[in-house]
Amino acid sequence: MVNRPLAPHLQVWKWGPAMLVSILHRVTGDGMALIGLGVLLWWLGALAGGAETYADFQALATSPVGWIVLVGLSWAFFNHMTSGIRHFVLDLGAGYELNTNKTWSALSPVIGLLLTAGFWALILLR
Amino acid sequence: MGNGTELGRVRGLGAAHAGTHHWLLQRFTAVGNLILGLFLAFSLALLPAHDFATVSEWIAQPLPAAALAMFIVNVFWHARLGLQVLVEDYVHTPGNRFAVTALLNLWAFAGAGFGLFSILRIALSGAA
Repeated sequence: MVNRPLAPHLQVWKWGPAMLVSILHRVTGDGMALIGLGVLLWWLGALAGGAETYADFQALATSPVGWIVLVGLSWAFFNHMTSGIRHFVLDLGAGYELNTNKTWSALSPVIGLLLTAGFWALILLR
Repeated sequence: MGNGTELGRVRGLGAAHAGTHHWLLQRFTAVGNLILGLFLAFSLALLPAHDFATVSEWIAQPLPAAALAMFIVNVFWHARLGLQVLVEDYVHTPGNRFAVTALLNLWAFAGAGFGLFSILRIALSGAA
């Protein structure tokens, strides 16, 4: 009785990297939709408004909070991009073997972080 | 159609052939976002400066203006589809779901409209 296998159950599961990638994909996607698009429109609207409104935007964007938001959004973009490309591969029917799936699930957020770091290095170190 | 169960009413009609519509649109817009999002990110990263004159002169050029306008339409479409899934997963009451979906559609059209208007204004305002 004790060692009998259990059917899949809400409380009986083990963390795996594919679950993390799935959750991050939703969080970064919906986060960019709700916050990122607001910032994008604010940026475009500030540019359309003229030099003064753009200066206001720039002052906030380069404040400590602004930096956190912009770096966070760039991370969300690159993370959503790598997990999105992973989705495309899975949509082709490839990459479902257990080890392959686990490897690319673990690599996807790491590549996202590396691309984010590379992106800011390109801006700040040029 | 009789007044039977939901299953009974559709049984025998075959597939609606519309089940993959949302899924496919999410992928089509994802391809556009991949190209146009990277274009925007790397164009901004490679601009020599980020002051008003440099950025607005860059957007006023035909290619960046057109690419940015396409990105606005594409990204709001993709975001609307993604947020729809969020609503469907977490808003269960039919009335609330209707209201949130209506707000979501208004948000997407208003946001895309404001973005396109801003790009046009930057692009057509001449040497700023």
